[in-house]
Parts: sequence; C-alpha cells; structure tokens
Amino acid sequence: MSDPVLTQLVANLVAGRIRVVDLTQTLSPDFPQIVLPPEMGQAWPFRIEEASRYDERGPAWYWNNFSCSEHTGTHFDAPIHWISGRYLPDGSTDTIPAAHFIAPACVLDCSKQAAADADFLLTVGFLREWEKRHGRIPGGSWVLMRTDWSKRTGPVAYQNLDETGQHTPGPDAEAVRFLVAEREVLGFGSEAIGTDAGQAFHLRPPYPCHYYMHGSGRYGLQCLTNLDLLPPTGAIVIAAPLKIRDGSGSPLRAIALVPAPANAPARDRNRTSEAKKRGIKRKRR
Amino acid sequence: MTRPLVRPPRKNPMLKTRVPTLPPPGRSRVALGLTAAAARGRFELQVCRDCATVQYPPREACRACLSQRLDWRAQDGAGELLSETTLWHSHELFYRERIPWRLGMVRLDCGPVVVAHLHGDCTAAPSRVRVRAALDRAGQATLIALPQKDTPNMADDRQLREMTCDPKFRKVLITDAKTPLGQATVEAIAAAGADLVWAGYGEPWKKTRGFDRLASIPQVSLLPLDLTDSRAVRDAAGEIGGRVDILINTADYHRIYGIAARNGLETARAEMDMNYFGLLRLAQEFAPAMRGRGADGQSSAVAWVNLLSIFALSNFPPHGTYSASKAAALSLAQCLRAELSPAGVRVINVFPGPIDDEWNQLLPPPKIVPARLASDIVDALRGGAEDIYPGDIAQEWLARWRDNPKTLERELAAASR
Amino acid sequence: MSRRRAAYDEVVVTAPVTVPYVRYSIHGAHWFLAGALAELLKHAGLSKDKIDGLCVSSFTLAPDTAVGLTQHLGLTLRWLDHIPMGGACGIVALRRAARAVQNGDAEAVACIAGDTNHTDSFRLNLATFSQFARDAVYPYGSGGANASFAFLTGYYMRTYGAKREDFGKLCIAQRTNALKFPYALMKKPLTLDEYLEARLIADPLRLFDCVMPCAGADAFLVLHRAQAETLGLPYARILSTIERHNAFPDDAIQYRGGWALDRDELYAQAGIGPQDVDVLATYDDYPVITLMQMEDLGFCEKGEGPDFVRRNTFTVDGSLPVNTSGGQLSVGQAGAAGGFLGLVEVIRQLTDQALGGAVAGARIGLASGFGMINYDRGLCSGAAILAASGGPS
Repeated sequence: MSDPVLTQLVANLVAGRIRVVDLTQTLSPDFPQIVLPPEMGQAWPFRIEEASRYDERGPAWYWNNFSCSEHTGTHFDAPIHWISGRYLPDGSTDTIPAAHFIAPACVLDCSKQAAADADFLLTVGFLREWEKRHGRIPGGSWVLMRTDWSKRTGPVAYQNLDETGQHTPGPDAEAVRFLVAEREVLGFGSEAIGTDAGQAFHLRPPYPCHYYMHGSGRYGLQCLTNLDLLPPTGAIVIAAPLKIRDGSGSPLRAIALVPAPANAPARDRNRTSEAKKRGIKRKRR
Repeated sequence: MTRPLVRPPRKNPMLKTRVPTLPPPGRSRVALGLTAAAARGRFELQVCRDCATVQYPPREACRACLSQRLDWRAQDGAGELLSETTLWHSHELFYRERIPWRLGMVRLDCGPVVVAHLHGDCTAAPSRVRVRAALDRAGQATLIALPQKDTPNMADDRQLREMTCDPKFRKVLITDAKTPLGQATVEAIAAAGADLVWAGYGEPWKKTRGFDRLASIPQVSLLPLDLTDSRAVRDAAGEIGGRVDILINTADYHRIYGIAARNGLETARAEMDMNYFGLLRLAQEFAPAMRGRGADGQSSAVAWVNLLSIFALSNFPPHGTYSASKAAALSLAQCLRAELSPAGVRVINVFPGPIDDEWNQLLPPPKIVPARLASDIVDALRGGAEDIYPGDIAQEWLARWRDNPKTLERELAAASR
Repeated sequence: MSRRRAAYDEVVVTAPVTVPYVRYSIHGAHWFLAGALAELLKHAGLSKDKIDGLCVSSFTLAPDTAVGLTQHLGLTLRWLDHIPMGGACGIVALRRAARAVQNGDAEAVACIAGDTNHTDSFRLNLATFSQFARDAVYPYGSGGANASFAFLTGYYMRTYGAKREDFGKLCIAQRTNALKFPYALMKKPLTLDEYLEARLIADPLRLFDCVMPCAGADAFLVLHRAQAETLGLPYARILSTIERHNAFPDDAIQYRGGWALDRDELYAQAGIGPQDVDVLATYDDYPVITLMQMEDLGFCEKGEGPDFVRRNTFTVDGSLPVNTSGGQLSVGQAGAAGGFLGLVEVIRQLTDQALGGAVAGARIGLASGFGMINYDRGLCSGAAILAASGGPS
C-alpha cells in the first residue's frame, strides 16, 4: 500500500509541478580531470574503449569498457578521500548511509564575483549576507557554490592553469569552519574541478574545504552544472555515488528536484505509452 | 646532373591510386647479414678470419680457403665501375613501373665484384665510385654506387630516393609536438622541406614553453591529439590520416621508478598507456591509409618513426617500468614493421640514450640534446637505415648489448645499486 | 701433369630429334620430355625397354628430377643422370653418356632436354635460379641474365672495339639460317636496320640480342657403334670433348670462358685444328658470347672476334657456317633444350639429316655449350668435336 506522501510526489512529478534538473557534466574523454604535479599519482581521465559495435566482435550488440578515476567528471568525495577523515566510521562510498544521498540544497550565487576574479574566495561575510536574504542555512543540507564555471566549455578555460597553477573559485578556511561548526551542513558542492579553490594549497590549512568537510565526516560534489537553474533554497539534490568497496568517491549522476513555475506543462505521457507499445510488439515477433 | 626535386603537382583525384609493389624481397639467411648491417646504416661484407678474403655474394664458407669463420666487417665501398647498363625492360613489376633504371658492375677495392644500382651522376665506365648499402623498399639490403664525390642535389636522384624517406615536399605528423624534443622535431622537419607538419598536442590546458612559437612556422598545423584516447586518435586519423606521408611518434611518458620504488600500478599503467597502447592506437588508425599510399606518387607514404629508447634493449632498473614500456613498444614496432613492409613503408626505430630533460636529471652526461636528436631523426629519414642509436650512451650500450646481452644486464643492474 | 684422357672409340651419337617448339604451352615439362623420348624410340626403331640409361635436363620439371621421370614414363634403368647445367647440358650429357656406354655401364643412353613455358614461367624460374642470383642480382631488377650480359657486352665492346653491327651480322646470318628450319619460332627475315633500331632491353642489348623463351625439347641417343650399325642408324663419332666449371674466377668481369683453358686439349685429342671445322654451333644466348666462343675455341685470338666476324660469313653456305638451324636467337630457347639445340643440329649436319639448309660436305662439327649465370658470369663451359661416320678429318 503506497504512502500518500510518495503518491503525491509521483503525481507532482508526472504533472510537471516538480521538475528534474540534471546537475551532471557528460563523461567523455575530453572532459578535463584534475592534474597533480608530475611526480605524484595521477587521476585517470575518462577513457572508453569499444568492445563491439554490431560487428564481428559482437554482431547484435554495442558495448564499451571504460576507465576513469573515482574523481573524474561530476563526482562525489567521501570522507575517507582526505587524510583528516581517514579514520572516521562510515566514511567510504560503500558505508555512507544511503539516506544521506537525498538532501536539500542551498545555492549561493557567486557568478558575478567569479567572473570578475577567478580566484574568488567565498567568505563568512558573504554567507551572512546570503542568509539575510534567504534565511539560515539548514543543517543537513548541501551548500552549492554557483559560479557559472560550468559554462566554460573549453578544457583550457575550465582548467584555467598558468605558471602558478590552477585558478578557480572556492571557499576560504573560515567559511568552511563556519559551515561545519555553525551550520552542520551535509557537504559542499562546486562547479569547478575541486571543491577547494584552485590556489587553496596556499591557504591555512591547505585545501580547507577537503580538510574540514571530510575531517568532520562530510561530503563534496564537484564539476556540477546547471546550478543556475536551481532556486536559492528549496531544491532537493539526489547524489548517490557508486557503491565501491573502500571507495574514496565516484563519478555519479547528480540531479535536483525543483518546484516548477506555475504554467509549466505536464510531462508527455503519450511518449511513454508508445515506448511501452513498441516493447510489446518486439516480444510478439 | 641530378635535377633538384620539385614539388609534385596536385594529385588527380579521378585516377586510381597506384598500389605498392616491391623489389624482390627474398634473401638467403646468410645474405640477411647484409640487411642487418644496412638496417644500422652500415655497409658490411664477410671477411675470412683465416685468410682475410672479402666475400660477395654472402656465403657460408670462404671462397679462397673454405674456412667457415666469416665475420661481417664494415667496408668503405670504394671501387671501380667496370661496366654499366640501363634497364628498359624488367619482368618484375616494381622495376617495370620505374624503368629506365641504371645498374652497374663495380669491382670493390677490397676485392669482390658487385652488381649495384647506379646513381645518375656516376660517369661511364671505367670510373671511380663509392658503394653504399641501403634498405630498399622491400626492407632488404641493396647496394647503390654513388659518384666518388658528392654532387649537387645528389639525394634527389630518382633511384636513390627509392631507398630513402626524404621529408622534402612530404606531409609529416609529429604526434607530440609539445615536448622539447617534439618542438625540435617540428622545426627540423620543417627546415628539411616538408610541405605540411601537423604538430600534435594533448592536454591543451597544460602549457609548455616554446610550443606557441611553432604556430608561427608556415608549414605547421596544430592538431589536438591525445594518444591515450582511442576516439581522439580515430578522429585525428579520419581527418588527416589519408594525407600523412611520414608519421613520427614522439609521445613519451617517462617516469623514473623501478618496481619497489613506486607502490601501485598507476604510474606504470600511465607509461604503458602512452608508450605502448598509444603506439597501438596510432598504428590501428593511421597504418591502413599509409599502407594504401606506399606508391602514391613522389610524395608517397614512406616512413613511420618511433621514438623508443636505448632502455628498450635492456632494462635500466632505476627507470624500470619505463624501460619495460619501451620494450613493449619495441616489440610492437617490430610487428608494425612486418605489417607495413608489403607497402614499402619503412618503420624506423630510434633508440636514443637519455635525453637531456627533467626526467633524466639524475643521470650523468653525456645526455642527448633535443635539437641533436631531431637532426638525427631527419638524417635517418634521408638515409637508408631503420634502427638508429643516437648519442654516445646509446652507441656504447648497443655495442655492449651486441657483444653479449647478459653482460649488459649485469652492468646496468650494478650501475643502479 | 694429368693423365691422358681416353678416346671415345666405339661410342657414337645418333637419332637427333626435336619436339617442335611453341611459345606457350599448358603442358608440363614431362609432356615435352616424354615426346622427345618417344621420338627417339621411333627414330631409332627401339622399344622402350631397350633404353637402359637416361640423362635429363630441365628447369621446369620440378618438383621432379630425372628419377621421378623413370616412374612417370615407365622406365627401368641401370644408369641415370640429371644435368642441371643450362646451356652446357648437352655437351655434359654427351660426356656422361659416352663414358657410361664405353665402359659398359649402359648400352643405350637417351639424352633428353626440354621445358615447358607458361606466361609467368620465365619470371618464376628466374626468382629461384640460384642463391647468388636471388641475393645479389634479382633484387636489382633485371629479369634473368639481361643485365649481366649487358655488362659483359658493354665491357667487351669498350675493350675490343666490337660494334653493334658486328653482333647484328651474326644475328642476321642466324636468322637467314632459321628461315629454312621448320621448328624456328622466328620466321621473318631480319635486316640490319631492324636489328639496330629494335626496342632497347638493357643497353646496349636490344630485342634481337635476346632469345625468346619457349617450350620444346631436343634429344639424342648414345650407343655403341656396333649397335648403331645393327639398327642401320646414321651416326656421328665423338673425337673429343671438354668441360670446365667456374673457370678464371678472378677475372673481374667475364671476357673469356673455360674453353680458353681447355681448347688445346680439345683439338689435340681430336687431332684437328679450328680450320678443319666445317660446321660450328655456339651457345648463343647473347651474340657477345658467340664471339667469346669463337675466340676461346681458337677461331681467332682474344679480342679479334669483331675482326673475325667482319671477315667471315656464317650462313649455311658461308665461310664458317654457325648455328645453321638459326641458333636460340632465331629458333627460340626451350629452357634446357637450348643446351641441346646446337649439338643436335651438328649431329643432323654430320649425318645428312639437316631439316633446314645443309652444309655441303660437312665432315667435322664443333658444338659448344655455356651456361648457368649463377651470379655475374656463366660458370659452365664445354665443347665437343664430332665427325661424320665416313672416317676422321
């Protein structure tokens, strides 16, 4: 017997009153991956090799094998990913409670600041300003830093490297400590290649978002997109990493449920039924 | 007088492309000794250890004293042209397509009489000539008599060009043009007269010093190319593969670990993915078109150059996994050589000693400078060899390896302790 | 000093036969050799079981050699030889067979040579001709001996002043001889202009300097003289023979052949001199080699070949009849049969069985063999002096 709350949810989805926003970049070999100094172990870029494509290697089917890092593309960081979280319980992708994969999100619009300064740091002051307009950041929610960085579609602009390294926006140490200690958020999400700013090596401590978030058993999301389609509050983010044994993270499909504008059209039910009809026809043959 | 090469006219797309044919490729095992030497750019003949008689054609026992102790020794090729002819008819398709073809009979100063191709600038018999051994289009040693002194445009001789892979007026792909060696190769190939040089580069967000300068060379066309991405290699081949005459694979992922010095497989996998699988991807995507164009006019597909390493011959334990990846690439390059040989496309393997770059920082000199290595690659293309060992270290390790591979193995292990 | 060689008394050569030459044939070599053997038996009036010795030469018999032919043709023999010596095989076969019959190892030895010719036979034969050719000649583009003989011809012309007209004179004379010979494949007269202006093959060699490969066979029978007379067969006597392989190996380029080493012995054993020769058969794969044989067999001094050619005529009625059936240059080269062609023609001339023009009063004939361009020179040389059966010189 289905619960009225869930039935209502489905009805709202079908009626188009709740929209699904895809927060995920496409996984392809062109998508840049994080690059570390050459002496260190590197994250693999996404690579995909055809196994067969309706040919002599497999006449009726097409499939691929792929490889990548746990931290390639739009991905989830688990607490065990950072040294500060290495001993925490339930800190790997297979032990994180599944309930944590659905959570509300607050979206902080830093797009103008990031456009003006690639090294823009999110501060406590910015957070307090935001809360004045949108209310207190609830505990257990994602804090997503919208910078429109995902609109940089070329890998050179996305990486934004020069002789001093990477230049992408992120939070400063104090802001992270605030979100962890004062607001008990679920985790921090970014459109750039890391949750920490590109130059965060030089902050104290280095990489404060990784250090404090994972050090307190919290999570990260990176390479998000379409944050500009989310309201400042009220979106529900579904972000469930692959259940990798001892995993430090994984690429994932991150989506958000948002209330649709009042005049949004209902979902096209006819298309669904056609697909079903086709399936039945195939079986008869 | 040899006429200098001129840029060929544009190919008529309505005409069938000529399919490659080869000069007769069969040789007895003992004659392959000539090929083995020519592959390294040397002209060697058997010399009897007991009576010093020089032998030709190659044989199993001394023609003078029957001794079976015959050693291959370098010869300077000086000799006298006794008689010459020009073929106007041949039963062999390769020569039928290339007549008239000059041949000569030369009495070498060291003794034997040889049949040789005759360079156009050699004067009528009797005259002095220099005989050289080069690899022909079938990849076998062949002898060519050159005039005693170099003549203008000598390399442009029509017959000599059938033994070389001159980049002049050809289109060349250099797979990684970002590294210092890659940049130097682009410059050297452009200076050698190539019509078009594709400068391949991966990881566009990673800038390397000097790369931007390449775009200002008129023949250069920058080409995104990541050898670890199969789809990207296929797309690049789809775009330019049908025009590549010479492919120079300079991509090289070099780290400095043996087995114990680096936990996990990540680094070794990255070395294999670039150095071995990168070559495999390139070969799968680019070789078929090159095979079809082995006889496609003056600017035919003609060579595939692999930047290997002297470490490919014998593992250098401090760079142990890198050495293994280069050894894997060497074996694959031999496979590629066999697959390209029916088309007359030569696979040239380059085995430099340590290059003077950041990954060889701790190795003592002499280290080879990128510009010098690039120039050696161009020389190999212009010559008739297929295995080159640039630099003093490479030459020394090669000599030790040829003398006894096991002793070199021990010496390299000792040097790394 | 070597021992005195035995004379060939009581051994004779007879039954000169030819299987007509054709340009191409779908038959194998076995067909032509069988045809030659059958012709021999018919000509000699012998049944097959009377043949107890066989000498075979063929390039295209592979994978068979002579022994395969015994079963193929149903022969039971007590003497068998296979002579892979190209243009010298006729002379060498004669030498082998003659000693076998002379010593009683065999009574009747059939000597046969023949080859087929398919459109690609020649090229395939060349590719596997010899190890040295495969390693050091064939890769350079000349099919077969053309380049090697172009070198020799060029060198000879430069060294001794021979002109193309001299070679042409020989070729034209042979063509004239061939016009009467029923088996000749070249049937049109040849003029000097045609010879000089013909298609270049490998300069200075042009089309009419080269033989035409074809299919065919030639054969003869070696018997005891008594048996030949019993059978009523006209025969020729063997006065002397010579054979040499790899003569003058240190000559940088071949300008003389093994005959120069052995000719004194050839004439001494025969008891005659070159001036006594009524009909000459040279091995004529290229005209320059005919000149070389004329010099080395003593018809003139080394280097005087051109002058000798200019001073003489070589048709059947000439001052020195040479290659009176036309030679290979006008009849065709049926592979190994080319090594028999000259000898068979001399036998015909000496037994009054000439099929074409007959040399009047031919008493003494000299047949010369040369062949096997293993690398850069012909390794085999040989010659035989035969006499008509009416008595010596």
